[in-house]
Amino acid sequence: MTPNSAASFYLISGVLFILALRGLSSPETSRQGNVFGILGMVLAIVVTFLFVDILSSSFILTICALVIGGSIGTIIALRISMTAMPQLVAGFHSLVGLAAVLVALSAFYSPETFEIGTLNNIKKISLVEMSIGASIGAITFTGSVIAFLKLQGLMSGAPITFKGQHFINLLIGIGIISLIIYNTINQSNYIFWLLIISSFLIGICLIIPIGGADMPVVISMLNSYSGWAAAGIGFTLENTALIITGALVGSSGAILSYIMCKGMNRSFFSVILGGFGETNSTLQKNKDKKPVKSGNAEDAAFLMKNASSVIIVPGYGMAVAQAQHVLREMADSLKKNGVKVSYAVHPVAGRMPGHMNVLLAEANVPYDEVFEQENINSDFASTDVAFVIGANDVTNPVAKTDPQSPIYGMPILDVEKSKSVLFVKRSLSPGYAGVDNELFYRDNTLMLFADAKKMTEEIVKNLK
Amino acid sequence: MEIDPFIFRLSIFVLSIFVGYYVVWSVTPSLHTPLMSVTNAISSVIIVGAIIAVSDLSSEVSFNLSNTFGLIATALAAINIFGGFLVTQRMLQMYKKRKKEKLK
Repeated sequence: MTPNSAASFYLISGVLFILALRGLSSPETSRQGNVFGILGMVLAIVVTFLFVDILSSSFILTICALVIGGSIGTIIALRISMTAMPQLVAGFHSLVGLAAVLVALSAFYSPETFEIGTLNNIKKISLVEMSIGASIGAITFTGSVIAFLKLQGLMSGAPITFKGQHFINLLIGIGIISLIIYNTINQSNYIFWLLIISSFLIGICLIIPIGGADMPVVISMLNSYSGWAAAGIGFTLENTALIITGALVGSSGAILSYIMCKGMNRSFFSVILGGFGETNSTLQKNKDKKPVKSGNAEDAAFLMKNASSVIIVPGYGMAVAQAQHVLREMADSLKKNGVKVSYAVHPVAGRMPGHMNVLLAEANVPYDEVFEQENINSDFASTDVAFVIGANDVTNPVAKTDPQSPIYGMPILDVEKSKSVLFVKRSLSPGYAGVDNELFYRDNTLMLFADAKKMTEEIVKNLK
Repeated sequence: MEIDPFIFRLSIFVLSIFVGYYVVWSVTPSLHTPLMSVTNAISSVIIVGAIIAVSDLSSEVSFNLSNTFGLIATALAAINIFGGFLVTQRMLQMYKKRKKEKLK
């Protein structure tokens, strides 16, 4: 295959990837979008095999690598539970990062194969491109590994901070830039490896100070990095499909980070600088004990059965308790009783963008009953019962009233406007932000102290 | 003077960022998780580079560093491609509309 026809096919595969993302604009077209993505990938791989005049021995080895990797990927994809989606995505990002580093190293050691010069005499521009690609790839790799460990619970979600942290990060950052410049002028194996190792290091340093609550931002950010790494390598390989994809993924991750930051009313920089998610609940301890109304499943069932409309507000606590299936059963029983049921999802409910929607979809909740915050917030005022399960900070009215509060300005669900509020929660403890929720003490709030799943099961029994 | 091909690639890159910006904003928020898994799958098109890295391997020349890296990268990217597209498919299959008839 000639380079020109190969390049044209790569362009087509780039366009197919754009269509894959375009399909996600609605659930109806999304499955078709995924097919476009798969087609684009198959096309890119087949064209590469035809283009490189691959020798038979290496062809067999490559196919073996593809089959081994493909089987592992297939098994993981079929077995993973939807609750574990965030760590799966973090793990996958780390693989893209590592693959980018390895491809950059291959190009560095045999530039002839990639037609970017000869050994120890690579084109300057290619050196810059592959250094940037390798460096971002390395950051993506170690950063995603740390994010994976935190999300999987293998490492504490609490931020790890120490004195002079930002200064050290800054030094490594400057070091990386100097190494890239030096390597461009005096190409050297050692410098290239040193560059990769320092990038691995800064990847770790960047993610350890970020707390569990900020994980949705971190995953989106690493998503973006993996894109920029791919684009960097795309420039080195002069491959259009890779450049287009890298740009798409890079901007997609950046937009998601922005949406997540806005959902938490945090600036991107404060997330990156880390330290959030520390338990500063000591602040709340000397508060006076205020009266709280608590109820049981029977009360809750009675209230909801006699309501004309119920809005369910799920949070990550619901996912932890695996209560989504029984929650849907509860909604079904309510609907049989003629109650209008809808779900309100906050942008940062869950551990990654859109996580709650997937969990509800898995429990067979129809997606047209699930609403985003801006579409449902005005409905709370005309709703009889708001059923809050596993959510806390995203319902706290303090975000609107108290400028001193750390969550002030965060967009919240206007749960307090509904006639009565049911709160399923284990205790009165504050949420991630360490802020007491004044909603607990209101007259129209009924606290249901129990595990989310058990309580919902009880309610279902009482509804029958 | 002739224009450096680098400039053309840069143009594609910059325009693609803009395409990405508008396409991603039109993605419905309820599909943000599948968006992340599918972007992850498509960024594994980096496998193209990995395949090229293995391509010069012949039986006479011994396995060099570059081939080794290429092979590992191929396997890693393959995990992502299969895993990413499949898990996206699995998720998208779950998104159903409200049914008119009684739920089973």
